[in-house]
Amino acid sequence: MADLTTDFVGIKSPNPFWLASAPPTDKEYNVVRAFKAGWGGVVWKTLGLDPHIVNVNGPRYGVVYGADRRVLGLNNIELITDRPLEVNLREIKQVKRDWPDRAMVVSLMVPCEEWAWKEILPKVEETGADGIELNFGCPHGMSERGMGSAVGQVPEYIEMVTRWCKQNTRMPVIVKLTPNITDIRFPARAAYAGGADAVSLINTVSSITSVNLDTMSPEPSIDGKGSHGGYCGPAVKPIALNMVAEIARDVETLDLPISGIGGITTWRDAAEFLALGAGTVQVCTAAMTYGFKIIDEMTRGLSDWMDGKGYASVADVVGRAVPNVTDWQYLNLNYVTKARIDQELCIKCGRCFAACEDTSHQAIWMKEGRVFEVNDAECVACNLCVDVCPVEGCITMEELAPGVTDPRTGRVIAAEYANWTTHPNNPAAKAAE
Amino acid sequence: MTNNPMTPGIVPGRLPAETYRENFADLHPPYDAHEARVAADRCYFCYEAPCIQACPTSIDIPLFIRQIQAGQPQAAAGTILEQNILGGMCARVCPTETLCEEACVREAAEGKPVEIGRLQRYATDALMAAGEHPFTRADSTGKRVAVVGAGPAGLACAHRLAMHGHEVVLYDARPKPGGLNEYGIASYKAVDGFAQAEVAWLMRIGGIEMVQGQALGRELTLDGLAAEYDAVFLGIGLSGVNALGAEGDDGAGVSDAVDFIAELRQAEDLATLPVGRNVVVIGGGMTAVDAAVQAKLLGAESVTILYRRGREKMPASGFEQDLAASKGVRILAHAMPVAVHGAEIECEYTEDGPDGLTGTGERFRLPADQVLRAIGQRLEGAPAGLALDGGKIRVEGPGRTSRKGVWAGGDCATGGDDLTVTAVAEGRDAAEDINATLC
Repeated sequence: MADLTTDFVGIKSPNPFWLASAPPTDKEYNVVRAFKAGWGGVVWKTLGLDPHIVNVNGPRYGVVYGADRRVLGLNNIELITDRPLEVNLREIKQVKRDWPDRAMVVSLMVPCEEWAWKEILPKVEETGADGIELNFGCPHGMSERGMGSAVGQVPEYIEMVTRWCKQNTRMPVIVKLTPNITDIRFPARAAYAGGADAVSLINTVSSITSVNLDTMSPEPSIDGKGSHGGYCGPAVKPIALNMVAEIARDVETLDLPISGIGGITTWRDAAEFLALGAGTVQVCTAAMTYGFKIIDEMTRGLSDWMDGKGYASVADVVGRAVPNVTDWQYLNLNYVTKARIDQELCIKCGRCFAACEDTSHQAIWMKEGRVFEVNDAECVACNLCVDVCPVEGCITMEELAPGVTDPRTGRVIAAEYANWTTHPNNPAAKAAE
Repeated sequence: MTNNPMTPGIVPGRLPAETYRENFADLHPPYDAHEARVAADRCYFCYEAPCIQACPTSIDIPLFIRQIQAGQPQAAAGTILEQNILGGMCARVCPTETLCEEACVREAAEGKPVEIGRLQRYATDALMAAGEHPFTRADSTGKRVAVVGAGPAGLACAHRLAMHGHEVVLYDARPKPGGLNEYGIASYKAVDGFAQAEVAWLMRIGGIEMVQGQALGRELTLDGLAAEYDAVFLGIGLSGVNALGAEGDDGAGVSDAVDFIAELRQAEDLATLPVGRNVVVIGGGMTAVDAAVQAKLLGAESVTILYRRGREKMPASGFEQDLAASKGVRILAHAMPVAVHGAEIECEYTEDGPDGLTGTGERFRLPADQVLRAIGQRLEGAPAGLALDGGKIRVEGPGRTSRKGVWAGGDCATGGDDLTVTAVAEGRDAAEDINATLC
């Protein structure tokens, strides 16, 4: 059996699955239920200074559905905890005492002034919590008050606040990053420069989930008006994976630990984040959609997969895919593939044809009797037909062997790797030599 | 309840009142909104979709399903109805398992097609419930067209002609319009008076005058109509029933399945309908199945469908055969009636040989208080002067008969396969041709 325990910047947990700072971690009651269910740790919902904030009294969530009302994306306009600081601190202390083997990280958001951090940090430390996470990501409400993503979008602020925290607590400091920024590497580098022990990402994406076409109000609607909220759930996973990978492979932050967040719904999603460099993962939307019991599928699934692949521990998985993330310019231009349609599996829906004929390269023939075949002389191997085919495995991409002539280009495929940096069409190719 | 399934003879009231209600409830209950969205999500929006090709009225099925998916069932109904004005009834009675749903690529992929029929019903029901009629008439052409027969072909023809601005007089022989939709379909396929509701909805196009109790060869003559109107469309169906040709087939317990079905459809109280303890239905088509299943649902102890050829040759679809089996109807293939002896029917096994179907000589008897003939209908009262072909009015192209100015469609005309949906297509296409001829 694979060992799922993790030691993330000194914070130990029985498995890499933490609940992200969010409604599920707002109270002792919820967190105890999560720990009973088997979650490895939590990031307690963000604390602020008293007087505690208030939330709207109307809907806090908007949703994007897939088929059968499957939740693909969720956004929220909920703020940080709306309970008194003392109540939260008391509960955190109690839960950590009762559940010493679970990770207890406390999310914090106070004004961007050193006195504020100096005031709250000792109080959190006193609870026995394992670490803190600086909420520089929340894109709604708090950002209007100069906190959350308003800090996270200014690398200098990140560095400054991180440094204050490192100077004022013994606890590990995790900096949570906002994706609402042009290049995620800059805030990550700033956190690193400020002495952060780790970063966690992504926080939610600024969003409007839908517009009510009767009332012309964005959803969720509060008395006929809406505000941008933070988007999360399966829909944001690709964005999160990319940002995690960007940080994991950035030479300036190579050894900066990452807690991966963003649409993790099954063990597989988690494994992908681990492979791209995350040391732990944080989950929210999946738990909010299905309840805490999903942890069973996640832990068992990850364990089974690791056993099957011979990975003994989570650390064996972390970062395994990072060396394979590269820049476009280094992709092998001598790797030539062609789509292949398995006629036995084809159900003749013609979606590959419509996609290719209407929107791509006219490389699929529709022949008598709805027989669909690939015209290698036109196929650029874009893969769109594979993606839109409803039958898994029906269309595959087949690599042409070196020495074979690509009927589209008329060129013999070379065995050696060759990329854009040396391509004759690249005006910079010579200069690079 | 004085009787029960074991009561001998042909008697009413074999079942408790609530059992009748349950037995004759909607065969395919309508989707609710969520079910419809889930079902619609299964459609792959195929390129030049095979389901469209398989639909006799060529409804743009992927489009209407996508409209349901996108939250506009009434717009979806518009897409359906512009091709098939009786899309509501066809959603209920089409043998979709041999038409659109058989062609559905998900049938090929997983043996579970998109439920096109039920989705079509969801859309058309939504439109009718909203009280919408999405079509309007063109400016009046001043032309008058007689449509004889208010069945599926005649209704479709009349509506399309009215849309084009012609004045239509729609004649029908029976007390209620609708033809087989009203009189010839199993009750559980069109519950709650749907056939009449649909006709009333269709008539809202305006420009159609319905004249009932008028039959060709009785109150009407083709010459008279041709003289009075600019064009005539005949959608008179098949009012004759083929004879059994077995000894004793004029006995008291022997009747036509179409009459049995019609009587059942018109019954106010099913408990008053007499049905045999042991019923034998002769035939292998939809009418045979409709009659047999309903006899069983009325409380017959045993119901047997006797079909002279092999089961694979039954015109009734596999779905219909399974439905019959699930209701407890026994299908006896390769057997034909020889004689009716009081409450028994004598039969003979058959076999396929080089000279066609022949009796094997081996005979057996089945108890049969009631025998229902369902071996096909034939054209009766075809007006003189119209060329026939195989006992039907010969038509070419879009319903043109041998007489100029006279069109025909539906079951009375050649071509087609005696389906509601085919009749609708033929009526519609004839109307387009009439319109093109008149304008």
